[in-house]
Amino acid sequence: MDIDSIENGIVIDHITAGFGLAVIDHLDIDRSKNKIACIINASSKKYGKKDVVKIENVINVDMAALSLICPNATVSIIENGKLKSKTNLKLPEKVINVIKCKNPRCVTSVEINAPQVFHLTDEENREYRCEYCDDLIMFKREILA
Amino acid sequence: MLKGRSLLEPMDFTIGEFEEIFDLAEQIIAQPEKFAHVCNGKLLATLFYEPSTRTRFSFEAAMLRLGGQVIGFSEPGSSSASKGESIADTIRTVECYCDIAVIRHPKEGAPRVAAYNTSMPVINAGDGGHQHPTQTLTDLLTIRCERGSFSNMTVGLCGDLKFGRTVHSLIKALSRYDNVKFILISPKELRIPEYVRKEVLIKNKIEFKEVERMQDVLPELDVLYMTRVQRERFFNEEDYIRLKDSYILDAEKMKKAKKSMMILHPLPRVNEIAVDVDDDPRALYFKQAKYGMYVRMALIMKLLGVHI
Repeated sequence: MDIDSIENGIVIDHITAGFGLAVIDHLDIDRSKNKIACIINASSKKYGKKDVVKIENVINVDMAALSLICPNATVSIIENGKLKSKTNLKLPEKVINVIKCKNPRCVTSVEINAPQVFHLTDEENREYRCEYCDDLIMFKREILA
Repeated sequence: MLKGRSLLEPMDFTIGEFEEIFDLAEQIIAQPEKFAHVCNGKLLATLFYEPSTRTRFSFEAAMLRLGGQVIGFSEPGSSSASKGESIADTIRTVECYCDIAVIRHPKEGAPRVAAYNTSMPVINAGDGGHQHPTQTLTDLLTIRCERGSFSNMTVGLCGDLKFGRTVHSLIKALSRYDNVKFILISPKELRIPEYVRKEVLIKNKIEFKEVERMQDVLPELDVLYMTRVQRERFFNEEDYIRLKDSYILDAEKMKKAKKSMMILHPLPRVNEIAVDVDDDPRALYFKQAKYGMYVRMALIMKLLGVHI
């Protein structure tokens, strides 16, 4: 299956198969204004299957959220039909308002305007620590803020 | 430089900064009258969203003995918190009137929210089952005055280690000294939280073991830190009955302990230390409470940047 290449915008490649729509959900992109293509279960030499997302005329996306959902993805910025930059994602050291603390004793459960701040503690296990209560959580998509 | 800083957890200050506070506390102990007016004109806010006797009294006594004054509330019902005011808004208002604030709150991390929303120093006086750094200053000053150093010792922590905020802060603080080993004595359900195990003990390669019965390890200890185990924390009655005596220290068990072992307790005590231990010279918990006031005097002075 082919999707037209984009002139200006962003291509998120090597997304774990099945996570493409979640990527679009969490990038806070106005779906009514932007052209978005999501290819699900595309062929991948490395992983067998992958998802790919292309967004036209948008280059600024929440890289922290993106890194959490698909840490193995690559992000290419396209300008005037040419590749301007290509970045391999890695888990961010600090994330703000991306993950939500699930500890009912944490102050963020009552202080709703306090930003949700987490620090990476264990890259291999995708583990983050809440800045307020120190609760450790293994990152899963369901705990996004 | 401690002036203007907040103390939210023990690791906010370096070992050197701890020493500065302890040195000053020892000067105050030696000549308290010299410090009776150093905080004239300064106002301490005590924001206690949760009951406290010792910590609140010791902070109030500390500020009054320095010549300063205190305003605050001792339960949220008597503050705007009962009307739903956020911690951020409360501290911004308090900042208009006071020079330094002490906060106790049932929610973990509440003092951090306060500190992020004010430029005055904020002191965590206990946040839920999380941290209690000024109790740790108290514990460390007691060990320093009564033992001399924090290195080369085996510390037993006994009781509710899961929700015991004083335990979490003390482990963090002691993890920075040389050759400190921990023996963690608790029922399985009340073992230390994962972040203390992984982020403090394992990451820093600190020797520790977890056991269920105090009597098995008493002879090994240089310090025994007792905390209260509440019946309702047990998952079943059977475990409570099986283990409850393992968390009560009495004169009989003390026969197995070293002659130099220190018994500490953040207080209040219920029945986890029998009264027949109180006259044992190794029982330091009431002395510890007095050190708590002196170390808080030193802390307030340092954070306000006042001198003799």
